[in-house]
This record gives sequence, C-alpha cells and structure tokens, in this order.
Amino acid sequence: MSTPQNTGPRDAPYGTGAHRAAGEALRGTGVTVREADPDDAVAGVMPSWVALPESTEEVAALMRVSASHDLAVVPAGGGTRLHWGAPPDRCDLLVDTCCLNAIPEHASGDLVVRAQAGVTMDALAEALAAEGQELALDVPVPGSTVGGTLATAAAGPRRLRYGTARDLLIGITVVLADGTIARSGGKVVKNVAGYDLGKLFTGSYGTLGIITEAVFRLHPVSPARRWITADLPADPGAVAAALAASQAEPSAVELDWLAPSPRFTVSALVEGAAVEDRAHAVRAVLGGDGGGKAPGWWGAPPGEVLLELRVPPSGVDGALSAVAARGLPARVRGALASAVLQIAPAVDIGGPEFAAFVSGLRGDVAPFGGRLTVLAAPPELARLADRWGPVGALPLMRRVKERFDPGRRMSPGRLAGGI
Amino acid sequence: MTETLDELARRLEEALPPGAVITDPVRLRTYECDGLTHHRAVPGVVVLPESAEQIAAVVRLCGEYGVPFVARGAGTGLSGGALPRTDGVLVVTSKMRRILAVDLANRRAVVEPGVTNLAITEAVREHGYYYAPDPSSQQVCTIGGNVAENSGGAHCLKYGFTVNHVLALEIVTPDGEIVTLDADDPGYDLLGAFVGSEGTLGITTKVTVRLSRAPQAVTTLLAAFKDIEQGGQAVSAIIGGGVVPAAIEMMDALAIEAAEAAVACAYPRGAGAVLIVELDGPAAEVAHQFAEVERVCLDSGAFELRTAAGPEERAAIWKGRKSAFAAVGRISPAYIVQDGVVPRTALPEVLASIDRLSAEHGIRVANVFHAGDGNLHPLVLFDDAEPGAGERAELVSGRILDLCIEHGGSITGEHGVGVDKSRYMPKMFTDDDLDTMQLVRCAFDSRGLSNPGKIFPTPRLCGEVPGVRKGVHPLVESGRAEQF
Repeated sequence: MSTPQNTGPRDAPYGTGAHRAAGEALRGTGVTVREADPDDAVAGVMPSWVALPESTEEVAALMRVSASHDLAVVPAGGGTRLHWGAPPDRCDLLVDTCCLNAIPEHASGDLVVRAQAGVTMDALAEALAAEGQELALDVPVPGSTVGGTLATAAAGPRRLRYGTARDLLIGITVVLADGTIARSGGKVVKNVAGYDLGKLFTGSYGTLGIITEAVFRLHPVSPARRWITADLPADPGAVAAALAASQAEPSAVELDWLAPSPRFTVSALVEGAAVEDRAHAVRAVLGGDGGGKAPGWWGAPPGEVLLELRVPPSGVDGALSAVAARGLPARVRGALASAVLQIAPAVDIGGPEFAAFVSGLRGDVAPFGGRLTVLAAPPELARLADRWGPVGALPLMRRVKERFDPGRRMSPGRLAGGI
Repeated sequence: MTETLDELARRLEEALPPGAVITDPVRLRTYECDGLTHHRAVPGVVVLPESAEQIAAVVRLCGEYGVPFVARGAGTGLSGGALPRTDGVLVVTSKMRRILAVDLANRRAVVEPGVTNLAITEAVREHGYYYAPDPSSQQVCTIGGNVAENSGGAHCLKYGFTVNHVLALEIVTPDGEIVTLDADDPGYDLLGAFVGSEGTLGITTKVTVRLSRAPQAVTTLLAAFKDIEQGGQAVSAIIGGGVVPAAIEMMDALAIEAAEAAVACAYPRGAGAVLIVELDGPAAEVAHQFAEVERVCLDSGAFELRTAAGPEERAAIWKGRKSAFAAVGRISPAYIVQDGVVPRTALPEVLASIDRLSAEHGIRVANVFHAGDGNLHPLVLFDDAEPGAGERAELVSGRILDLCIEHGGSITGEHGVGVDKSRYMPKMFTDDDLDTMQLVRCAFDSRGLSNPGKIFPTPRLCGEVPGVRKGVHPLVESGRAEQF
C-alpha cells in the first residue's frame, strides 16, 4: 500500500496559515481534536486532524467549522470497514465516533433501543442480552459500530428472516455537512410520517453526513438455536431454495465454499420455539448433522479483499459455476438463500488479474440478473477495476448528494460514480 | 379551465390513446376526493395512461407547462394523499393492472401499479404463496398506492410494511425519466426512501414484490376481558414473553357495540374489550405459542376464550374487527377515523387520557387498534347536525395526535400525512428535520410539481444547488474525475 499522503485542505495546504486557522477553529469548538498520524489514514488517505466528539451537538459544531474552512470530513466508527468503498478524494478531518458511545434508551417493553453511533455492536448486544433481547443483525467483526454498520449497510446470515439494517432501523439522527442536525422516524416501529432519511443514510458510506444516533426495533433472543450443516457436491443454490420454501422456516441458510472445489458446505439455522421439529424438517432437505453451535466460519467475512455477488435465488448455482469456471482460487461465503454472497480472491492476486476477474464475472452473472461490486480492495488492486458496475439510479443518487453536500466535502468519492 | 390547462389537455390528447384524457366536468367530479372525503378538489384534467412511457410523456408535458400532477390508484387513501389539484393533472393508473410476471423460483412478482393488493395474493395462492402486507382495503386498493403510502395492515406486526416487501420499482421521475430503483443497488437506499413518499418523488410504474410462503399453520384466538386495561396487560405480556404474533388487535366496548349493531359478530357478552390474536408459522411453533398466549390471556383476566378451528371460524372472529370502521355509522351519524401510534407500553395511559378527553368534550370515542404495534385507530363520533359538534370532534381528534407525540409516538402509523396531517408535522419534527427531508424532494423534484401540498406544511424552495464552489476541483482539472 502506498504511503499515506497528507494533502491538507483544498485551499489551505498543509502548514500554511489557512491550515493553522482551520486547526485552531476546530479546537475552538471545545471538542477533543488531535493531529492525525499515519494510523488514522482512510484507505491510504491521511487526514490532518482527528476529532472525538461526545454528542450530536459537538458533531454539529465540528461540521460548522468544517463548512467555513472547506474541510473534507470522513466519519469513522470502529474502523473495521473503513477500507470498504473507494478511498476518499480528500480527507482533512476524521470524525472518530468512539466517544459517542452511550445507549440513552432501551425501552425493553417496547422492544426498541436508541444508541449513539459509536456504540459497538458487541456492547449493544451485551446491553440488550441483559433483558433477553437482541438486534437481529449479525455483525461478526468485533469492534464494528452502530454507525459504521448502517453506513456500510452491513448485514449477516439472518437477513433471510429479519432483513437488513434498513429493515430494523426505525429512527435516525444525522448531522449534515453544514452542521444541521436532522432526525427522521422515531421510536415506534409503525410510523409513516415524513420521508425516511434512515433509508437514505443506510449504505451512504459517510457521503451525506454523519450518523450520530439510531433507533432500532429489537427481537427477543430465541430460546433455542440449531445449526444443521452438510457438505454437498453440487447445486447448493437449489437446496437453499428448497429450504427457503420449506415449512421449517430457517432464519439463515449459509454457504462456505473454496472455489473451484466440488464441495459446498451449507449450514442452516433454525431458531424459536419447537426448534427440534424444525431442525428435523431442515435435515429432511439438507441431510447433515445438527447442533447447538454455529460452524466456525458462520457469518465471518471470507477474506480481506471482498466482492459482493447478488443474484436472484434461481441464478445462484449458475453464478457459482461461473465463479468456478474462472479457475481462480477464491473463498465464497454468505447468505445462500438470500443470494447475497461474498467472494474473496486469493490475497496474492495481481491488479490486472483482479480487474479481469471482476469484469469477467460481472459479465458472467449479468444474464442471471446478478450484479457484482467490489466491497473492499486496496487501491493498487482496485485501480484497474470498476468497483461498482452499472447502477441504474446513479443520476438520482448524484442529485441527492448535490443537495445534501453541495460542497462535496463529505467522504467525497467513496461511492459509485465518484459520489 | 385555464388557457394553459386547455392547451396542455390538447397536447396530452396527442400523446395518449383515444379516450385517455378526461376534461368533461361531470366525469372529472368522479375523482374529486379519495377515501378522506371532506377534502375535495375537482382535478383540472384526468389522464388514464396505459404504460410507463405514456406516464413519462404526461409528466414531461406537465413540466413543460409548469403544471402540477398527482397520481391516483383506487383512491382509497385516508389522508388525502391523492387529493387532486384544480390547476393540475390527475394521473389515474386504473388501466395499468396487468400482472407482468410471477416468478415463484425467485419468490417475486412484477406488477403494474394499478393491480390491487389482493390480486397479487390471488395470483399465487394456489402455489402456496401470498403477498404479505394486507391493508384493510386490500380488495380494492392498488399496489401503486401501497408503495406511495408504505401501507401496512393488521399483519405488519410480524411481517413488516410495503417497504419490506418491495424489491424493485420502476418510476417516472418528476423530470419525466423512467428509472429503476433496485434493492440491490449499491449506495443510497433510494428504493426505501421512495416507498412512503406519498407521490411527492414521482410516479410508480412497475413494482417487483416479494412473495411470501403461506404459513403451515394459522391459529386465531379471541379473548374477552372485563376492561381495556386487562387487555392491554395481556398484549404486553404476550410480546414481552417473546411471542411475535402475526396480528394482535383490540376493540373497546363502544367499538364492540357498533360491530354488534352492524354485523352481529356475537362477541362474548359483557366484554369491555376483546383481543384477537393470530399466530402463524410452522405448526409445531404455532402450537407452542398458542399455549403460551392462552395462558397469558387467562392470567391477565380473560373471562372467555374462543379459538378458530378453521377458516370459517377465523372469519367469524375477524368479522367484527374488520367491520368496525363502517360499523360506527350504526351508532353515530358521523365520525372521524384517526391514525396515531404510541409505544406499546404507553397504551394504557394513552387510552385513559383519551377517555378523559372524551368525557371533557362530550364526544364519544370508539377504540379499535393494532395493539401489537401501538397503532391506534380511535373513531371519534359526533352528530354533524348538532352545531359545534364537528369542531369538538376535530379538537378531540387533534388532541389524540398530541397525546401520541407527547408519548414519543407518531401522528400516523399507516394512513399517511397527505393534506390531512401536514399541519401536525411541525409538532413531531423540527424545521431542520423537515427542511432536510425536503432536500430529498429537491433532488427528485426541484420544481415541486409532483403531488405538491402533501406531507410538508411549508414547501421548501429548491432553487439552484446551494453552496460555494471555489475554482475547479483538482481531480476535475487533472481529468481523473467528473464533478457532479
């Protein structure tokens, strides 16, 4: 990876008077601000400053200063997915949400929680478990935060049953580029008053503003869980479809596969009441063995370099054949029945080879209605590849970006089309 | 009709098939309101397009003349979301009612916006599938309207709303472009933002819906309680115990009285409240949960329990609940249907406050609600022949929304804001919240021509994209990026 470059603000090169003035103004907010060091680099781009706000109001104060000094701002949570998406075009201020770590409200009777963006998913899970509840988003990477999970629209195996972050988020507080604090939704699940800004910010990669607080609907922790795991020689997609259509109602059906080997490991999770009956129903379709523990690979990302393949369920087996036919060793893992899979090519893949794999596979899966995006790849690999592929709604996304961040200062360039 | 509308109507006639443009004043009156009948406006022109391309042509012509347009499905909405503009065009999707594809392998169907909600389920029922959101008007309401309103229904407690069941949309933007919003698009969830935007971000022309597997078992139980407090306690205990029923509905004594008068639903005598709990899913799970629900109801004081053994008995249990809105017509000359949400745990307190309001203003309120998600539908009863009664009913109805806001709830759970509740939006949201929401509107519809006057009490003037750009961005200069 190239050495992080400190570019300095657009109109205030590093070390100039304007640069010093911007630093002083940031400190003048009273928020903890420090000089950045190379460990703070975002996908190879080093900020000048790191701020550690403790409240939504402090984030707003930082954003107002950033607006008046034309600073580019990148929010960061636990840093577990900071290398996802394209590197920012520039980054002056990193807003580290680590100190936005309160859970101001857990209304257990209402199955609702309000958490600040910097709360880690582990800490949240721990607090909720004390009341026998959970946020049904599986985010297995330790240290990832509420804000980062939303910004990257991350979701795990149980998306099949509970949906993804956008389906469980019921209220959001954000701070816009100009310091405006805005909320939408609320703390009741059923609510159609006004536009749902939470949807817009889910998957926004920090390009619209900074998420400071989120309200989620919760579920009771299931009294029992069973995982049924089997190795299949072929067509795991067809088996997953049969499971999804069965009355066993699995909460997740996951794949783990080292392409191009002819051994597909499939694991299904059933939870809730009458779990043994349902595990039995799963075994009737899948075969294999069951137990109360998840396989070691369950929900874990398959590697460092990550592609995401989405395809209508009936296209899964065709898409997997296409992966195998590319002949490149790759670990494929993910939500088989939901047909959202992550592909991790071998780490020693070269740039041109990677680009050819991405564009080739993208072409292969298109006839099945599939699409392929690059979730995470170091710049030297991604440089030659189109990270996003065609996005039909891109012109509308650009217009949304223009309205929310006309100065193009929020995580500029991290999303498709240079947004 | 103004000269502009006259000319626009002529241009629309050129662009659309014969008979697709209505300007006859008598026929226009058919469309003067939706399900909220006290807001009325005769549309300037009505068009009945048959394709996305025709809708795009209509929208582009409206843009050319600076004329607002409003989309309408079956007109069953209860917030005036499809209230026409006298100076505008009403785009009615009733001719677009084809089911374009049923793809069971991928558990989805592609339909035109004028297809009714129930028609989707009817098309796939024999294969063991259904479309989950079930607004009470599902026999007539259209999927296009459901998308605009993010419709729910009695079963959304377990299965979610329209937004959780739409996989892709084809829309005509207010600029007249045909765009697909797909759940699998990377980046902003524009699909999610569009659903529930009440027609203010464009017109839906095609909907890809998720089909759900029909549950293996369904059990419906009716529990009668002495009073509403006991019923509320049972609801809290069921949900708190980890059971998520498909539906939990409650009716109070006055609502029961109305339903008895209208459809003789024969609910247990002397009930101050009835609770309807429906459980569905794998048979073993349902059996387990049923035992739990039964125990909780008895513990909470239920004096009679009935269980539906089959579809007929299930229909009998639901009969009173489903007829409740219309039934109050039997016990009151006029009524207002309210829609508000409170956190479930606040239900007892809010219902007690509604009682006090009712007594204080001499206005009867019948309570029917989706208890599981705290969605109240108070029916505010009054005699429109009595001077001042309508005003008092309006006051009580408005105060109920205030109660919802005070308890951290919402001014609408499923009927939408429309024209009816835009004035309450500033009570629930700050000016900054509303201005920020309107940034989305400006992005989609900078001229504010798509269903103007709905949701937001004060329209935001969009103007040019604000903000300062100083010189040329270095990436643009070096040719490495385009600036947007």
